[in-house]
Amino acid sequence: MLRSTIYKKKSPLLVFLIPAFIFLGLFLFYPFIVNIVNSFMHIQDLGTAAQGLNQPFYDNYERLFTDADMVTSLKNTLIVMGCTVIFQVGIALVLSILVDSIGKGAGFFRTVYFFPIVISATALGLLFNLIFLFRGGMVNQLLDNLQLVTRNIDWKDENHFMFTMLLPVMWQYVGFYFVILITGLNNISTDIYEAAAIDGASGFKRIRFITLPLIYNVLCTCLVLAITGALKVFDLPWVMMGTGMPLGKSWLTATYMYYNTMSRGDVDYASTIAILIVVLGVVVSFVVNKVFKEKEY
Amino acid sequence: MKALLKAKRVRHPVLPGQKFTPIKLLTFAVLIFWALTTIYPFFWVITNSFRVRGEIRSDSFTIPTGDSFTFDNYEKAMGRYDFGTAYVNSLVVSTVVTIVVILVSGMAAYALVRYEFRGKKILYSLLIASMMFPVFSTIIPVFRMEAAWGLAATTNRWIALISVILPQIAGNIAFSTVVLMGFIRSLPIEIEESAYLDGCNVFKIYFKMIMPMARPSFATVAIFAFLWSYNDLFSQMFFLRYPNQFTITLMLNDINSQAGTNYGYMAAAVVIIVVPVLIVYMFLQKNIIKGLTAGAIKG
Repeated sequence: MLRSTIYKKKSPLLVFLIPAFIFLGLFLFYPFIVNIVNSFMHIQDLGTAAQGLNQPFYDNYERLFTDADMVTSLKNTLIVMGCTVIFQVGIALVLSILVDSIGKGAGFFRTVYFFPIVISATALGLLFNLIFLFRGGMVNQLLDNLQLVTRNIDWKDENHFMFTMLLPVMWQYVGFYFVILITGLNNISTDIYEAAAIDGASGFKRIRFITLPLIYNVLCTCLVLAITGALKVFDLPWVMMGTGMPLGKSWLTATYMYYNTMSRGDVDYASTIAILIVVLGVVVSFVVNKVFKEKEY
Repeated sequence: MKALLKAKRVRHPVLPGQKFTPIKLLTFAVLIFWALTTIYPFFWVITNSFRVRGEIRSDSFTIPTGDSFTFDNYEKAMGRYDFGTAYVNSLVVSTVVTIVVILVSGMAAYALVRYEFRGKKILYSLLIASMMFPVFSTIIPVFRMEAAWGLAATTNRWIALISVILPQIAGNIAFSTVVLMGFIRSLPIEIEESAYLDGCNVFKIYFKMIMPMARPSFATVAIFAFLWSYNDLFSQMFFLRYPNQFTITLMLNDINSQAGTNYGYMAAAVVIIVVPVLIVYMFLQKNIIKGLTAGAIKG
């Protein structure tokens, strides 16, 4: 009853809430709406005012479907999404089950596996540029020392760029999902495993019928995060591939949006790409949430 | 959430016949292999940052000793780039973002948990909705707005830093508020009631009781906001254009595009950036891991 007395006077509410919602309104909601408006306008440069509507006003939306580079970046972004499911979450799941099964050393593996997430993707991009260097990079040197290749491999050419771009992105985030999954595994009570052992379930049976169902919801959380996170991948591809190396084949929606804003000064088109990213994000999270509906056990 | 975060380390019973089998050996091999993939690249870049420039391309897997060992790369890197300024800029931006995010979202979280008022549901929905806006969809209008205010695209170092601080704060508020709401909700209201009876007003209750009690979750939120801001490249590339405004990530981006073939000082630059983070991580790793996964692990 006291609660209602303490919090009956509503005037402090304004002091508590106004700062947060000013920030949200001014720097998120208002720009979000302006961005939608901008996508119909003709804006030549970041710093100049709009010069009226586009002719026709939906011109940019039409371009989205006819622009070959845009199609490439969409396709690549979808590939990144698929790979995050298989590699980021998949490897994390395998590693977490393995660490959980040995019981010891979980702390060590957590620390080591998580480390790449703390490092800025920009620094990792530089590091992987050195690793995949054409002349004398780590990988080419290793292959050369083992005499597996006769000529250096150009890791950023048409045949290898996808691997080179995806590997660091996948590698960096395995530790993140590993920590989430191992936390889920730690919460499975020992009693259940004991009961299973008495019933004769061990090894793969134990994983299939006990572990996986019990961490299903945690796994779903990981999948949703990984797939929606794929839309935001920017830093590593930007540092490693720059402007869509080789020949515009490695564009992602995010890097292509930045390029259109900064290098081509096509601000209204960039705004349209940003809207596409939002729509894609909403649709994908809706579908993913439907497919991996949380279950009650 | 708390129950999950304080994961008990359950030891599984050693099952019969599972003492030291080939399977266990294979398990260790796989786990150690992945550990090497995360450790070795950093080890490799550190050793090569001390290697004489010409040898990196031919002999990068040994530990540099004798004639191969040099501090040259560091001298060159430090001579060409102003790491000190970049560190100051990064720390100023991330520290201010973190402090403001904590203050602003803490107050909002407290009000949204404890007060009952009309429109509360709408405000909460707006909060959740704002987490859906990727930075790409707001950055152009924010830049144009700030340019009109005279904040963005200026040569003044501190004003330029403010122009990147403001949108970064906004980008962290929703997430932080939601995490803090979860914690404040779990605090016993009796403490606030007795403080009230002792004559405290709500502001005193918030700053003197709630904030100290919620310190662990404030730490979680602070670590998340700090690292997010510190590692951000996208919005910093938009707002900071001149070398005296460069943060660590921008300087790296610049080195990357200009270093050409001088791999020695690229390696040195990576080490200069990574090692401080590595040291902080070693001391605070439990809190950092908790902070960065807080959004995903909910109870």
